Amino acid sequence: MSLSVDIKKKLGNFQLQVQFETETERLALLGVSGCGKSVTLRCIAGIIKPDEGKIVLDGTILFDSVAKVNLPPQRRRVGYLFQQYALFPHMTAAQNIAAAVRERTKRKEIVNRLLRRFQLEQAAGLRPGQLSGGQQQRTALARILASEPKALLLDEPFSALDSFLKYQLETELLDTLDRFSGTVLWVSHDQGEVFRNCRRVCVIEGGRSGPLQSLRELFHAPNTETAARLSGCKNYADAVPKGDKVYLPEWNLTLNCGRPVPDGVRRMGVRAHFVTPAEGQEENTFSCLVLRAVEDVFNTIVLLRPEGAEQDAPLLRMELEKMAWRAIQPKERLLVSICPRDILLFER
Amino acid sequence: MDWYPLFNSLRIAAISTVIVFFLGIACAHWLSRLPGLVKAALDVILTLPLVLPPTVVGWLLLLLLSPKRPLGSWVQRAFGVRLVMTWQSAIFATVVVAFPLMYRTARGAFESFDQDLANAGRTLGRSDTWVFWRVQMPCCKRGIIAGAVLAFARALGEYGATSMVAGYTPGRTATISTTVYQLWRTGDDAGALRWVLVNMAISAVFLFAIGLLERRREPCRCR
Repeated sequence: MSLSVDIKKKLGNFQLQVQFETETERLALLGVSGCGKSVTLRCIAGIIKPDEGKIVLDGTILFDSVAKVNLPPQRRRVGYLFQQYALFPHMTAAQNIAAAVRERTKRKEIVNRLLRRFQLEQAAGLRPGQLSGGQQQRTALARILASEPKALLLDEPFSALDSFLKYQLETELLDTLDRFSGTVLWVSHDQGEVFRNCRRVCVIEGGRSGPLQSLRELFHAPNTETAARLSGCKNYADAVPKGDKVYLPEWNLTLNCGRPVPDGVRRMGVRAHFVTPAEGQEENTFSCLVLRAVEDVFNTIVLLRPEGAEQDAPLLRMELEKMAWRAIQPKERLLVSICPRDILLFER
Repeated sequence: MDWYPLFNSLRIAAISTVIVFFLGIACAHWLSRLPGLVKAALDVILTLPLVLPPTVVGWLLLLLLSPKRPLGSWVQRAFGVRLVMTWQSAIFATVVVAFPLMYRTARGAFESFDQDLANAGRTLGRSDTWVFWRVQMPCCKRGIIAGAVLAFARALGEYGATSMVAGYTPGRTATISTTVYQLWRTGDDAGALRWVLVNMAISAVFLFAIGLLERRREPCRCR
């Protein structure tokens, strides 16, 4: 059980170049909207024909521009969960599922089994327009599983749902995926969703795929600024390498990185959680003006300007627990510190 | 009152609507897959009868079907069938004139159809034919029915091309529209008025039906 993709596709001014290989596992394709994630899925499903390259699923060649192989979507055995689910609006939930069953003689049995499994027995006779968001997603999943796919492609599976529904559905979807033995590609722009549900991730940036990374790698050592942004890192500044240190001209600061800084480094980043109020004489301690403190649900977001920073320099964002912020008794100025190992470095 | 023109008009309109129905859908479906430039060119040709004067359509049809012309004379020699001046001849005229209405509305309905529904059907293993008849057509049902009703109404009211291709022979090729013209020409205003009222009543019913169809939304867009 494996999926290997190596394709190129030109769409107007947009150039897609994606390459990855995965064993039976759940792989996340992470990228901002418009980066080519959906186009990649569509190429794998056979909806869009790549210009060149090769797609192999479990030893079956789905597409090969050299050998002139291009299986139609019907013969690819790839289940595609569309963003809006693409349920047939004129059919009931049960009819939608039945439409995907290949063996006519077993149709009724399979449909009933899936309706039970996805708790859709009450909704069996309803049309998609009458189903709740969660029921729609379950129906779409049941319909896909009825077609017995070898791989599942999930295109932003929760984008069509309200946020309060998301969490419960995520658990349900995870149950379904755990019972599925093939490859799963999970397209998302939400780092939390990916972190909770996938172990490996491929970042797609401007139509190009990066190397496969473990989620740990992505969050602790993202290799590009885009990857860092996708992983939720909020603070960035221009950087000039100086031995083991970087000089940040915008903030007029020099920070120790605790490791040799490669010559090619041009930018640095630090997660808002890793900017902490200084307690004593830690490494990289500096004074900031407190511009604003915003209460979030569990955290307080503090916007800081390092003293000596240019007026138009990006602000430094610090996030900490509400209680911790209250304990500080915030004043106009605050000493903060950044641990050297928490500084992310990017070449450009 | 001789009801033959009513019967003949309805018969011609019904037959041509059936022909135009399948022809219009087939062209709309076929054209949607063609590359841009070819599509634009064919679209102009297929829509042309909508804006051409019916007399131009009639003249062009006579050029094709008249027994004095190659095709018409060949059909007459080979099958002994005259293509003009029979009640069936009017079908040629009404098909050409009503076709763009069916084709245009079907195309509009197909264009607003969410292609991901078709893609979903295909990735689930269903054939293109199944997807077309079982998903696309039901989703575009209202638009297509509206097109057929429009085509029927247009075919029913066709005068110019019909009178040139089928002429006016009472009891044989007479339709409502050609009868009204004939009655007016012979000064029978009372007779003309009767047929005018019949025609208006039928047209009103059809326009009412179109209005009902258009007011309801396509099931595909209710999400």
